[in-house]
Amino acid sequence: MKSSGLRIYTIAYLIFLYAPILLLPLFAFNDSKVIAFPLSGFTTNWFVEMWADAQLRNALKNSLIVASSAAILATGLGIFAARATTRFSFPGKGPILGLVMLPLVLPEMIVAMALLIVLLAIGIPLSIFTIILGHVLICTPFAIAILSSAFQSLDQSLEEAAYDLGESPLSTFRLIILPLVMPGIISSLLISFTISLDEFIIAFFLGGSETTLSVYIFGQFRFPAKVPAIMALGTILVLLSISLLASAEFFRRRGLARSGTKNTGGFL
Amino acid sequence: MDLRTRWGRFRNSEAASGYLLVSPTALYAILLLAAPLGMIVLYSVFRDGYLTVIPAFTMDNYVETWSSPIYRAIMFRSLYVSMSVTLVTVLLAYPVAYFVSFHVDPSRKSLWLFLITIPFWTSYLIRVFLWKVILGYNGVINSALMSVGIIDEPLTAISYNVQAFVVTLAHAYAPFAILPIFVAMEKIDRSFLEAGQDLGESRLMTFWRVTLPLSMPGVVAATLIVFIPTIGDYVTPNLIGGGKIPMIANMIENLMLVRDDKPLGSAIAVSAMLIVTLVSLIFLFLNRRFLKGQK
Repeated sequence: MKSSGLRIYTIAYLIFLYAPILLLPLFAFNDSKVIAFPLSGFTTNWFVEMWADAQLRNALKNSLIVASSAAILATGLGIFAARATTRFSFPGKGPILGLVMLPLVLPEMIVAMALLIVLLAIGIPLSIFTIILGHVLICTPFAIAILSSAFQSLDQSLEEAAYDLGESPLSTFRLIILPLVMPGIISSLLISFTISLDEFIIAFFLGGSETTLSVYIFGQFRFPAKVPAIMALGTILVLLSISLLASAEFFRRRGLARSGTKNTGGFL
Repeated sequence: MDLRTRWGRFRNSEAASGYLLVSPTALYAILLLAAPLGMIVLYSVFRDGYLTVIPAFTMDNYVETWSSPIYRAIMFRSLYVSMSVTLVTVLLAYPVAYFVSFHVDPSRKSLWLFLITIPFWTSYLIRVFLWKVILGYNGVINSALMSVGIIDEPLTAISYNVQAFVVTLAHAYAPFAILPIFVAMEKIDRSFLEAGQDLGESRLMTFWRVTLPLSMPGVVAATLIVFIPTIGDYVTPNLIGGGKIPMIANMIENLMLVRDDKPLGSAIAVSAMLIVTLVSLIFLFLNRRFLKGQK
């Protein structure tokens, strides 16, 4: 395996990965209602038009509520599960963890439909709240994956030292463990927030008449005249995701530096 | 007394602390995941009434799912799409993971992984739509080829069909394939490679007999992570196929919500899950020799 050939291949692959995203700003600033080449001229009208849409602002508000609630709840559940599975061993750990991690591989349509049937059967009205219920389900596996590695890199002797010095389990958790895993918690919050913000199927089927940002985007694709404004929205979302992701990565690295382990790679 | 001490011993044991800690998460998953999935299984053997579901046992839904040529065609199309996507994605991803793991300086590895994962964090819907812009009838590829003069009229072979699904999904699931393979490669003891070459193997043979088998657990994980969710993709057939080329997820939606036949929709969902599980198990069985000794 020649290294230079592989490098060229990898760069070509990266171009394939980035191709759609590079087109996004091109069409967002293109002065034409049609999303096609050749480009006709520069305009910032699509950004103005996008922001003038009251539906968009409402969808954005819903999305922010859903994503922050889902992120906090999923990270909370993730802390319990990650702490339990990294610190204690108990029978049935595998199956329990398997069930909690299942949404990672289950098609979202099946999760959404199963939840929908139950909600309709008990008569819970569809709202933002039901979207949150579904999003917590799909964010928790990611939270656990991130938090497990944070809890795993803890030195158990620190905790024992705290007990020996007379701290209770609760104060030990608050004073010793929590500060050490804090970077993991923050990156779990950011990742869960991003996943929830982008999620479409659960938000589409469990939201009833409430729309989130992704449901709004999906609806706008039916009207060709609305698409350039969506390209503008997409451009902003890309910048937002990249900055969220960069800060998640920053906190993860700081966490690794704090617990003294070597940096071994990405989030997953 | 005996019971109380035993309970006391259990309460202070490691297992009890573990159960107590894991219980909120486990309860949430049981109530909102296991129970709803159980409900789908239950519905699939019930009869459909007008706007209701009649709790009377029947296998008719399964008979219809498996005998109707329409549902069978949709199942086969979904399987074909997800298998092609898996094959393409894993084959394309392997050299990338290999490059990052074996040829990139350790201090720059996380930068490369960061570069690979960025496109994955941008709106899935918009990415799918942009593939329609790239592959469409008057899309980027067609207009570029026409302006250069290679073709006279737009190629229809690349737009709005199953091949376009495969390209779109291979793009969407790329990081899911690269990361597991990369993680498996990082675990390979580099001295094995030196040992292979010291014992007179060529570089290619070392790759074939050491690196490839040892990275197979990552390939197996990547295959399953890509294969299982893609079979239930809803957005791509909807946006790229314009709803004219449905896959399983679109069929389930149609039955559950438009035609309000929840039992039949449930039977198709359960059948899809069974097919996916079966294919995954066969795949794991075929690769069992690579997975031996793994935790």
